[in-house]
Amino acid sequence: MSALSAPPVPLSRRVLPYAMLSPAVLVTLAIVFLPMIQAVWMSLHDYVLFRPKSFDFVWFKNFQTALADPVFWISLRHTVLWIVITVPAQMLLGLATALLLNQEFPWRGLARALVIIPWALPSVVIALMWVWIYDSNYGILNDLLLRMNLITASIPWLANPDTALYAIILTLTWQGFPFFAVMILAGLQGIPKSYYEAAAIDGASSFRQFWHITLPGLAGVLMTATLLRIIWVANSIDVIFVMTGGGPGYSTYTLPLYAFINARTGLDYGYGSALAVSFTLVLLGFVILYLRRAGRNIG
Amino acid sequence: MMVRNRSVVRRILTIDLPVILILCFTLSPYLWMALTSVTEKSRLFTEGPSIAGATLENYVRLFSTVGFGRNLFDSFVVAGGTMIVGLGLAVPAAYAFSRFRFRGRRLLMLQFLLINMFPLVLLILPLFILMRSLGLVDTYLALIIANSTVAIPFSVWMMTSYIDNIPRSLDEAAMTDGCTRFGALFRVVLPLCTPGIIATGVYIFITAWNEYLYALTLGGRSVKPITVAIQTLIGEYQIEWGLLTAGGIVGAMPATLLFLFVQKRLIAGMTQGAVKG
Repeated sequence: MSALSAPPVPLSRRVLPYAMLSPAVLVTLAIVFLPMIQAVWMSLHDYVLFRPKSFDFVWFKNFQTALADPVFWISLRHTVLWIVITVPAQMLLGLATALLLNQEFPWRGLARALVIIPWALPSVVIALMWVWIYDSNYGILNDLLLRMNLITASIPWLANPDTALYAIILTLTWQGFPFFAVMILAGLQGIPKSYYEAAAIDGASSFRQFWHITLPGLAGVLMTATLLRIIWVANSIDVIFVMTGGGPGYSTYTLPLYAFINARTGLDYGYGSALAVSFTLVLLGFVILYLRRAGRNIG
Repeated sequence: MMVRNRSVVRRILTIDLPVILILCFTLSPYLWMALTSVTEKSRLFTEGPSIAGATLENYVRLFSTVGFGRNLFDSFVVAGGTMIVGLGLAVPAAYAFSRFRFRGRRLLMLQFLLINMFPLVLLILPLFILMRSLGLVDTYLALIIANSTVAIPFSVWMMTSYIDNIPRSLDEAAMTDGCTRFGALFRVVLPLCTPGIIATGVYIFITAWNEYLYALTLGGRSVKPITVAIQTLIGEYQIEWGLLTAGGIVGAMPATLLFLFVQKRLIAGMTQGAVKG
């Protein structure tokens, strides 16, 4: 009976969405998921590129090596520092920028367009211009600090193991805060104006309005943007790679950078893949959190 | 009148001035680079970068001796190719996600999101092995394929959000008027989301143009995109900051201009999903 009341969907209509999706799905299977499985497979092998004949299955030997490898732990520590400083710095700066750009002033449109420029620049160019800013002999940063008498001698920001990581963190904060600003700005525009009007009538100060209306209204956006940024900042190695290549010594190694350098210069693809897989596992928690949030929005 | 003036002063102190400070932080590295690039080589280290006696000598050298034209061309082919592949695959997929409800829809959508979250470093090692066994290392195709790993999932999501914004009633009306589903897609939906397609295409182009690690690993000799060329400059002309910064300006220019051109629409598309969360 029920088959009669609801006419069956014709076969062609049921197949159509899959047919339209299949090119994109098949291509991503071939160029993303298969290589990824291969990476996991490689991580279980002894595989050095200049000895292509030997591809010996060694179970978790590469992972055991990693756990005993001091550079692995140094890189992991830097990865954590890197995320814990960069993401909150980007968020606070982004929040301040968004709150300002949400106010009324005559050249707001121009300011909004200009503030996102760092986001569009190639990371190689970003690295290049900050290396020039940090230059120990002719860099503008040393020049300014010397003139203001804040330092007495030029500091080689990127060649000094104590400052190199923090110098790069500043660069990455600069690169990433516009993303937060843009996301938060969109979130601010979603908070109804009437809330503020009602609060103002009740005599709430602007700080209380911010605390009780703006922040709760932004909670969702802040959460999503922070998760996205954690994943993105953790993954981003191109700026470090160009600015210091991980040096001096190991002082700017992060986990994905270590994996990349291992494979690129050491040609040790087995160990490199094991490092990359370990890093992915570290990151997986954040990825799952993000996917669960995004999944709720799929109508 | 007095009150009005006072409120303008207040606005300038609490809004305009802080905004100017933030813009200084945002733009000054870029402007400093631009200024360095037009400073004469002999004066750079004696007097520092300055606008007085500006010269284009560095830019001329960049194209005549270093051969940047060739690198720009390579970047253009790779970014353009990625854009075509990305849009070609993403538009039908996005239409299916937006207009049909079918088994596995949610899972497939999340699948595309998941790809964007995966560490590049996990993908770059096996992709290199794959390209090597296919004999594709140092070809345009290798770089287009590698960039597509990022471009396809991103554009599927962007395009789905753009097509979602076009009322279903429009394609239904076209279909009751005798259009086939594909007729409705090509005559109604695609024309209406042209701005979205352009924004997505431009974004793919910019990302592929700016990409560096794939270009370094899978290209490098006969195919050498601009990002790799700039990095090589840093190694070869270590202290010639005039030349280096000129390279940076040229490399960043196309992406920056395109970005300013589509930024409003792009941001609308990108933030839509997030704001709902």
